[in-house]
Amino acid sequence: MVETLGRSGIVLFWSVWGVPGRKGLPLLIHQIYQVGVLSLAIIVLSALSIGAVLALQFYTQLHRFGAEETVGLGLSLVLLRELGPVVTALLFAGRAGSAVTAEIGLMKATDQLSSMAMMGVDPLRRIVAPRLWAGFISLPLLALIFSMVAIWGGGIVAVDWLGVDRVSFWAVMQEGTDIWEDVGKGMLKCVVFALVVSWIAVFQGYDAMPTAEGISKATTRTVVLSSIMILALDFVLTLVLYGDFN
Amino acid sequence: MTDNLIEIEGLRFSRGDRVIFEDLDMAVPRGQVTGLMGPSGTGKTTLLRLIGGELRPDAGTIRFDGQDITRLGRRELLAMRRHMGMLFQSSALFTDLSVFENVAFPLEVHTDLPPEMIRDLVLMKLNAVGLRGARDLMPSELSGGMSRRVALARAIVLDPLLVMYDEPFTGQDPIAMGMLVSLIQGLNQTLGLTSLVVSHDIHETVSIADQIFIISDGRLIGEGPPESLKNHPSTMVRQFMNGSPDGPVPFHYPASSLETDLLGQG
Repeated sequence: MVETLGRSGIVLFWSVWGVPGRKGLPLLIHQIYQVGVLSLAIIVLSALSIGAVLALQFYTQLHRFGAEETVGLGLSLVLLRELGPVVTALLFAGRAGSAVTAEIGLMKATDQLSSMAMMGVDPLRRIVAPRLWAGFISLPLLALIFSMVAIWGGGIVAVDWLGVDRVSFWAVMQEGTDIWEDVGKGMLKCVVFALVVSWIAVFQGYDAMPTAEGISKATTRTVVLSSIMILALDFVLTLVLYGDFN
Repeated sequence: MTDNLIEIEGLRFSRGDRVIFEDLDMAVPRGQVTGLMGPSGTGKTTLLRLIGGELRPDAGTIRFDGQDITRLGRRELLAMRRHMGMLFQSSALFTDLSVFENVAFPLEVHTDLPPEMIRDLVLMKLNAVGLRGARDLMPSELSGGMSRRVALARAIVLDPLLVMYDEPFTGQDPIAMGMLVSLIQGLNQTLGLTSLVVSHDIHETVSIADQIFIISDGRLIGEGPPESLKNHPSTMVRQFMNGSPDGPVPFHYPASSLETDLLGQG
């Protein structure tokens, strides 16, 4: 356990140190496309669905008290503070994290990492660093898109279908949402999740046993470990960021 | 500058409790083709990885062109590897790059040469291995023999001092094997390389090696020109060089007697 943590720390150090420079920029952009842009479909579809369901649930409860116009506020708070960062990170771990682990693991199993090292090219800088940084950049942006699309989806259900007043829906949301408390702290969570998920994904690939079974286990570990860490860290971060519970 | 490109002294390397090399001494002369042979599992590929600095020995020194690679830091090691090329058993081509891009990769990473010059150099190296016409193919479109030749072009594109070959002939048909034999010998002479060939294929290795090292049980059991090893005093060396199925390296894995096993007395 301690040895694994040490190895993963070394991988993180050299990867963070290996922030892509001018020559590495095309690699970073390619990876942002791979892990970020290609994750957009699942993020947008999930966001639409979750936003719509949340709007239905909020409306059902709030309608009983005649407070349907606060559906928008409920949506924005839940999505910006919790569901946006958490669900995006979980989806990202399943879609992009597992792909990164499998790709690096397979490169290891087919000696591509070794051959790179034997050419005097550091695989941590060339292969691992762009993927780590791409995840770190993409996940917070995906979470923002997730929250925006979910609120929009919730708005369609609440306003266009269930008949909540359009002006009230948006005005109450705008009035009750704080830039730092809700958007800022939610994004802070995203940054932490992005680092953890990307770190787990690249390390599991880099440290995978170079066999079919080894890669399969590493990919599974990426999804399982990332999910557990996201949920555990979400609790800790909520406690720290919104900690006045007395 | 010594006559030896690689000098190994007192090398000890183990994996867990298993000792792979114990007090190994070896010297690879410059400009020659050296064969490295021995029974399976004796650590021949491990020795290549130790020479390349991918693995660190427990004790001893490995000098490459006069530099002790066991004492080099991460950056110095990466810089030193630019003078080495390695042909992996799996070829290890980058699967997302074309043949041309694979061979151009080391030049693009390590030099600031203009694209036109990189193109010319890559085409010259591909021409040397007979695959100039395959420049636009992807690795998945190549046969095993073609993959090895592309990997060879990539290994020599920076004009290294040393090229290490890990089982270059394994799984090749006779034509591909013949091509590889002739390429290893030809490139060694024309480019003034030093070649270290790990192989089980005695006939092919003997035909191109100036000298052969045979290692077994973590130590050197025979060395010298190929012909002299066939009459070596060691029975184990003779068994290996003549390909005898039984001898000091037994046919049977250690076990209790067959009678005991069959009669269920074990």
